[in-house]
Amino acid sequence: MKPGPKKIIPHKTPMPEQDPAVRSGNFYEVMLGYTAELARKEASRCLNCKAPKCVEGCPVNVPIPRFISAIKEGDYAKALSIIKESNLLPAVCGRVCPQESQCEKMCTLAKKFEPVAIGRLERFAADSQLNEVGAMPEISSPTGKKVAVIGSGPAGLACAYDLAKLGHKVTIFEALHAPGGVLFYGIPEFRLPKKIVAREIENLKKTGVEIITNAVIGRLITMQEILADYDACFIGTGAGLPKFMGIEGENLNGVYSANEFLTRVNLMSAHSFPEFDTPIKRGERVAVIGGGNVAMDSARTALRLGAKKVSLVYRRSEEELPARKEEIHHAKEEGVQFEYCASPVRIVGKDGLVTSLECVRMDLCELDESGRRRPKPVPGSEFLIPADTVIMALGTSANPLVQKSTPGLSVNGRGYIMADPETGRTNIEGVFAGGDIVTGSATVISAMGAGRKAARAIHEYISRKNQGSVP
Amino acid sequence: MAKILDKKIIRDPDVFYYKLSAPLISRKAKPGQFVIIRLHEKGERIPLSLAGINPEEGTISLIVMAVGKTTSEMSTLKAGDEIMDLCGPLGQPTHVERFGRVALVGGGFGVAPLYPIARAMKAAGNEVVMVMGARSADLLIYEKELSEVCDKVVVTTDDGSKGVKGNVITGLEKELDANKPALVLAIGPAPMMKAVCNATKPYGVKTVVSLNTIMIDGTGMCGCCRVPMTNGTKFACTDGPDFDGHEVQWDILMNRQKNYNPEERESFEAWKRRHAGAITEKAG
Ligand SMILES: Cc1cc2nc3c(=O)[nH]c(=O)nc-3n(C[C@H](O)[C@H](O)[C@H](O)COP(=O)(O)OP(=O)(O)OC[C@H]3O[C@@H](n4cnc5c(N)ncnc54)[C@H](O)[C@@H]3O)c2cc1C
Ligand SMILES: Cc1cc2nc3c(=O)[nH]c(=O)nc-3n(C[C@H](O)[C@H](O)[C@H](O)COP(=O)(O)OP(=O)(O)OC[C@H]3O[C@@H](n4cnc5c(N)ncnc54)[C@H](O)[C@@H]3O)c2cc1C
Ligand code: FES
Repeated sequence: MKPGPKKIIPHKTPMPEQDPAVRSGNFYEVMLGYTAELARKEASRCLNCKAPKCVEGCPVNVPIPRFISAIKEGDYAKALSIIKESNLLPAVCGRVCPQESQCEKMCTLAKKFEPVAIGRLERFAADSQLNEVGAMPEISSPTGKKVAVIGSGPAGLACAYDLAKLGHKVTIFEALHAPGGVLFYGIPEFRLPKKIVAREIENLKKTGVEIITNAVIGRLITMQEILADYDACFIGTGAGLPKFMGIEGENLNGVYSANEFLTRVNLMSAHSFPEFDTPIKRGERVAVIGGGNVAMDSARTALRLGAKKVSLVYRRSEEELPARKEEIHHAKEEGVQFEYCASPVRIVGKDGLVTSLECVRMDLCELDESGRRRPKPVPGSEFLIPADTVIMALGTSANPLVQKSTPGLSVNGRGYIMADPETGRTNIEGVFAGGDIVTGSATVISAMGAGRKAARAIHEYISRKNQGSVP
Repeated sequence: MAKILDKKIIRDPDVFYYKLSAPLISRKAKPGQFVIIRLHEKGERIPLSLAGINPEEGTISLIVMAVGKTTSEMSTLKAGDEIMDLCGPLGQPTHVERFGRVALVGGGFGVAPLYPIARAMKAAGNEVVMVMGARSADLLIYEKELSEVCDKVVVTTDDGSKGVKGNVITGLEKELDANKPALVLAIGPAPMMKAVCNATKPYGVKTVVSLNTIMIDGTGMCGCCRVPMTNGTKFACTDGPDFDGHEVQWDILMNRQKNYNPEERESFEAWKRRHAGAITEKAG
């Protein structure tokens, strides 16, 4: 008998997760991952389209239907190796990519139903091989060429990995004591377990990449020295500078930048104080300002530190929240209160400590350049949110250290490095750049993609330089 | 990893000298800059000023006053031990040029980082006066070293057991009246630096202070070291640690330094219980 037309399952296969009431009190991962059975069930929803739109939606064009087919067949190792053709960090991206605005947005099913849970399947493929030794990537014979990579976030890691596979000797310089960039110090354990990041870094080291931590380029080693010692250099220093609003009361005790709040917990394990030495204030009433992933992470971290009430203050409406849908959903389930169309005007304190956040209501009016409605304060609508902790998650800007110490390097008005989007090439010969330091705060996948494109261009550059044909 | 090559007691029982192997840092470091250390996997990151820079030897030296958990734990290390993380040089070097007459004011551990600054100021052709103070004569540190580089050393003690009776402000005011310096540079506890600024203001003498805010990364990433200035907020780790003392909003700054006092005490007490005997209780 011929199989009839395929019966469409309208909804994503749910992924087991920790109960909201339980997880808001611990730092363990929220999403527990598909079992093989669930993964195959979800994989069976994929229509395997001839001209798959999902692949176009992916910033690095992972061959999505192919890897999903491998999951259907039960060959998970093959699924992973298909993903790895274009994505070096599937265990990371499966967890943190904004799938709803990328691959899953383009899924044919999404026109009428829920899209295939591509992210969850990507994560499954990666996690299924977590305990496997895995084949060592093929590494070309040594070229004798040396490349310096500055910064060990996703851009730097991806660039280093590809260059190492091509036989180049790569050294990564990282300012902090632990590599991984935002993957380590920014995104919390309950979304991205540190052991996943650590494993990716171990894999990278197996390819011969050397990582030097505690090395602040621009201070310990200058760019001139790097250029003299290496055949080329990739700058992936991210957009790590915190923004403040410049409002009254910002220097009161209890006011944190999201970077400080998250760094204390993620990098320094302040949630395990006093076993670990770095302290953090465990606020009872916490106000988080912002609406992106960073704000969600801060709010949910505050809950896990024991806050009784966490309010998230966002100046636009719910539809405009820039965070991943899943994070918003999880934050709500865990009890974060959303205060929409509100903007802080000052932080009120007593005896040097924060007591409340004063906000004003915002009216959403005509569209601005970004196509979003422009918020405007409503006069006389000021109100107080009682708070002992205020966390500013207002986005970040470029860290100027490397740029300042590199005379002649072209940067734009906001301090980001000007680099060709296809090659990462900057105006200085042999210097390439990519990730948040070029685009401003973006995503893990785009930073990784930029690192890989730059790796190709660096390889080409070194090979040509070798033949003496660089103009 | 950085190896401790030498360790000495500078003042019993709480001030220690450490010489660390740091070939790269010693090549780049300038007076006024600092390093951040982390002792072990569970340790915090603390900033410490450079008290000595020796590029020929590939070493740096630190003078650390044991005031809490991390600095006391550090004091139990010996020559040959390793410090897990050493990051630097961080911050802007002290601005050194030929000012004419320069008065340096040091209190507490702040006397030590003034030593390389004194040498650099001297080498730039300045007349250098050092004003240093302590509660009593036996608590003074680095006096001999500083008298070797400075044109004049003014010692003040609260109990009058040595030098001028009074605090560094008494000593500094005498200098301001007698032979007004072109620049005053102060390092020490914040209340002392604030008092120095209040003293120099009426004389219109430019006063630079090296601020010891709480820090984590030291690269401008966390914003925890922010310094409230009359012309906006600055970061001590990247814009400083040196700032125009007359522009600093001292009360806010000092309040921020106290932020974690209860936690610091808790951590120190717990450590002392676990390491009874490892340190000698400080009197007072
Ligand atoms: C809290 C938070 C949550 C996020 N959540 C998501 C998410 O869910 N999904 C998503 O796709 N994206 C998310 N992002 C954004 C994403 O993490 C970034 O876009 C991405 O990490 C950028 O990668 P990068 O390699 O360009 O830089 P980074 O990850 O910022 O890494 C840069 C590295 O360079 C180092 N460095 C800087 N200066 C120097 C120097 N002078 N010398 C040596 N090293 C230096 C830094 O210490 C850092 O380790 C989040 C960001 C934050 C902060
Ligand atoms: C730029 C700079 C240079 C410094 N140079 C020296 C030096 O050369 N010699 C020296 O003895 N001390 C120096 N300090 C001070 C030193 O960092 C603190 O004494 C040390 O962090 C205290 O840690 P603790 O755990 O022993 O004590 P704690 O009990 O934790 O703290 C004691 C006091 O130190 C301050 N402090 C605590 N944690 C930090 C932190 N992470 N970063 C900065 N300050 C903190 C607080 O004001 C606190 O009240 C410097 C500080 C700065 C910012
Ligand atoms: S210590 Fe983090 S920004 Fe200065």
